[in-house]
Amino acid sequence: MAWTRKILRVDLTKGTCKSEPLNMKLAQEYLGQRGLATKYFVDEVDPKVDPLAPANKLIMATGPLTGTPASTGGRYSVITKGALTGAIACSNSGGYFGAELKFAGWDMIIFEGKSPKPVYLSVEDDKAELRDAAHLWGKTVWQTEEIIKKTHQDPQVRVSSIGRAGENGVLYACIVNDLHRAAGRSGVGTVMGSKNLKAVAVRGTRGVAAMKDAKAFMKAATAAKQVLKDNAVTGQGLPAYGTQVLMNVINEMGALPTRNHRDVQFEGARKISAEAMVEKRPTDGKANLVTNAACFGCTIACGRISKIDATHFSVVNKPEYWGATGGLEYEAAWALGAANGVGDLEALTFANMICNEDGYDPISFGATVGAAMELYDLGILTKEQIGMDAPFGSAEALCKLAEMTARGEGFGKELGLGSKRLCAKYGKPELSMSVKGQEFPAYDSRGIQGMGLTYATSNRGACHLRSYTVASEVLGIPVKTDPLVTEGKADLVKAFQDATSVFDSAGICVFTTFAWTLADLQPQLDAACEGDWTMEKLALVGERIWNMERQFNNAAGFTAKDDDLPPRLKTEPAKTGPARGLVSGIDKMRPEYYKVRGWDAHGVPTKETLSRLGL
Amino acid sequence: MQKSLHIDPGKCTGCLQCEMACSYENYGVFNISKSRIKVFNFEHEGRKVPYTCTQCAEAWCMSACPVDAIRIDATTGAKVVNEATCVGCKVCTIACPFGTVNYVAETGKVQKCDLCGGDPACATACPTGAITYVDADWTGLDKMRQWAGKTDTQPRANA
Repeated sequence: MAWTRKILRVDLTKGTCKSEPLNMKLAQEYLGQRGLATKYFVDEVDPKVDPLAPANKLIMATGPLTGTPASTGGRYSVITKGALTGAIACSNSGGYFGAELKFAGWDMIIFEGKSPKPVYLSVEDDKAELRDAAHLWGKTVWQTEEIIKKTHQDPQVRVSSIGRAGENGVLYACIVNDLHRAAGRSGVGTVMGSKNLKAVAVRGTRGVAAMKDAKAFMKAATAAKQVLKDNAVTGQGLPAYGTQVLMNVINEMGALPTRNHRDVQFEGARKISAEAMVEKRPTDGKANLVTNAACFGCTIACGRISKIDATHFSVVNKPEYWGATGGLEYEAAWALGAANGVGDLEALTFANMICNEDGYDPISFGATVGAAMELYDLGILTKEQIGMDAPFGSAEALCKLAEMTARGEGFGKELGLGSKRLCAKYGKPELSMSVKGQEFPAYDSRGIQGMGLTYATSNRGACHLRSYTVASEVLGIPVKTDPLVTEGKADLVKAFQDATSVFDSAGICVFTTFAWTLADLQPQLDAACEGDWTMEKLALVGERIWNMERQFNNAAGFTAKDDDLPPRLKTEPAKTGPARGLVSGIDKMRPEYYKVRGWDAHGVPTKETLSRLGL
Repeated sequence: MQKSLHIDPGKCTGCLQCEMACSYENYGVFNISKSRIKVFNFEHEGRKVPYTCTQCAEAWCMSACPVDAIRIDATTGAKVVNEATCVGCKVCTIACPFGTVNYVAETGKVQKCDLCGGDPACATACPTGAITYVDADWTGLDKMRQWAGKTDTQPRANA
C-alpha cells in the first residue's frame, strides 16, 4: 500500500511504544507527510504550548510515495511547534532514512512527553523500543551513527539524530540523517533534544507492496522521470552544479543579500559559487567537489560531496575532516558566505561540515553571524564580548564561531539563540533579518519581489521552500514573471504555496518542481493511492493544508503584524544591480494576498473559506 | 551474442533505483532488502559502487551445490537458482568468493542475480548509465573509447 496504515506512538515520559491504525479518512483529506502529520499535530497539541515543554509533540512522517521508485520518493518530514519560531514547523529531509521507516512498516512516528533520561528509539520492522542513550549524549551526529551501527552490528541500519547543538539548546538545531541530510529549519532538533531523545535507528525489511495499481504507477513514474531527465535544470544544471548553480545567477540579478542585507550583490560571489567548487585548487591541485550524489530514489542527484583543502587553516591538524562529506549547497554557501561577506570557499565548507556534524541549520547560523558582524561593525558588540575580532568578511571568525556554537561555548551560546533574540538583546531588533524569528534564506526581497511575500506569509517563518517563486521570477518556470514588480505576486505565491504543500505531503522532493507541475505528480499519486486523486482534489488538499497551518499559527498568537519584513527591506533601497533603488513592496502585496486567500484584513481565514476547504 | 551486466561506479549516484527495480521484478514489491544488487556507499571517499553477481564462467557456487540447484541459462549464460531443488544448505554462499549469492530466511532458499532472463531490470532502471547490459566480450569498450579519444592523432610538425 502507498500508506502502511500504521502509526507508531512513542510516549517518552512513560517509555512506551504502541502501534495504532492510521486514520484513513484523514489520509484522504491530507494525503500524508506534511499535511497528514500536521493534521494529527494540530488535533493533539495546544497551539499555545511552549515548544520546549513535554506537552509539545514531534512527528516524523513519510508520504505515500516515500519508499517507492517515484523519482525522489525518499522524503520524510518532522512536524512540531518550532523552537526558533513558536510557529508550526515542518522540516523535510532526504537521504535514506525516510524510505527505511516506510520499509519497516510505519507511516509516521508520534513522539510525546519527555524522557527522564537520554534515550534513542530502535525500530526493526514491527519491533520498536526505547534504549538507553547515556553513551550517546554529548556525541556528534557522525559519532552517534557510527556507535549505533556498531552496537546493532548492522551496517544497514539508518539513523536520524541530533548533535550537540540539539542537546545544548541551539534554537535552530536540525535532525540529521545519513550523515549530511537534515530536517533543517525552525529548530526541530531543539525540540527533539528537549525530549531527551537522541536518535532514531531504523531497519525495515517489509518494503512497499500492493499499490492501488502498481503497473499504472510504474508507467507514470517512468514517464515523470523522463520529464526530469529532459529538463535543463533537473537533467543537467542540478546534477552538474547542484543548487549552487544559482550563486552567480542571483548575484547578477542583484538579489544576493550581502553583509546582513546591507548590499544585494557580493563581490566575492564568484569565489564561493558552483563554478569555483569544480576548479582545481592551487594548493593541492584538486577540486572542492568530489562528486554529486542522490538521495533515495532520486534521479536528479543535486547533492554535493566535497573534500576540504587539507592545508586550509580551519582543518590543519584535524585529519578527521579531510575525507569526503556533504558539501555546500546554495542556501548554506550564501548564509555562511555572502551574508557575512566571507568569500573563502574552504572556510564555508568547514563551517558547513560543523553544521552537519553537530546538527544545526547553516542558514539561521550564517545569518545570525551576519547580524553579529553588523553589531560588531556598529561598535555595539566588542572584541571582548565575542572573544575575537569579527568584522564582515572574517573567515577566521566564521570558523571559530561555528565550532563555539556547536559546543555551546562563549559567544557561541548567544549565536545559538538566533538573530532575533541576539539583536533584541543588544537593542537593535530591526537588524534581525527574519520573519517570525526565522532567518531569511538566499534571495533578497527587493530584487525578487515575490520572495518578500513568500517570506512574510510562510507558515514556518522566512523560508524559500514554501513557495519558490524564484522558479517563475528568475528561471521562468512554469511561466516567466518580472521579479521587480509586485503585480500578480499574490496569486503566484498562493499557487506555489498550495502546490508545494501537496509535493511535501506526497513523499516527493520539491526540487522536482523545476520540471514537474502537479499534472506530473497526479498520475503517480492516483495509481499508488486508494481513492480518486484528481487534480481538483490535490489542489484542494494543498490549500487545505496551508489554511490548517495558518489557523494553528493564528491560535498560537501570530497576527498580520507577523506577516512582515524587517524595516531595512522596506526603507533601504537596493544599492546596485537591476533592483537598484527598489524596496520591497510587501505592504502592497500583503492585502492582495489576504484577499486571494479568502482571508479577512487581519489575515484570518473567513468562514466561507474554511467551509469551502472543509476546515 | 552473450551479454553481461557492466557496472561503472563513477556514474553511480546512490539513488537505489536498481535495488527497487530488482525487488519489484523478482518479488513484486519495492523492497531493497530483497534486492540481488546492492549499492555500497564509501562515505569518506565519496564513492558509491553497485555490486552483484558477475556470472563467473566457472561458477564456484554451481560447483559447490550438492543438489545441482544452480544451472546455466543457455540463452543468457546466467547461473540460475532453481528454488524447487535448493535445500538452503548455504554451501554456495561460502563458495562464492564475492558474496553475491545470499540466503533468504523467509523462503529458506538462496537467491542470486539471474539477469532477469535477459532483460535486467536494474540496468533499465538506472538513471545515469552506471549499470548497463552490454556485449559480454566487450565490457571494456567504453573505457577503450575514452582512452582512444585521448590519443593524439594530429600530425606533428617536424617530429
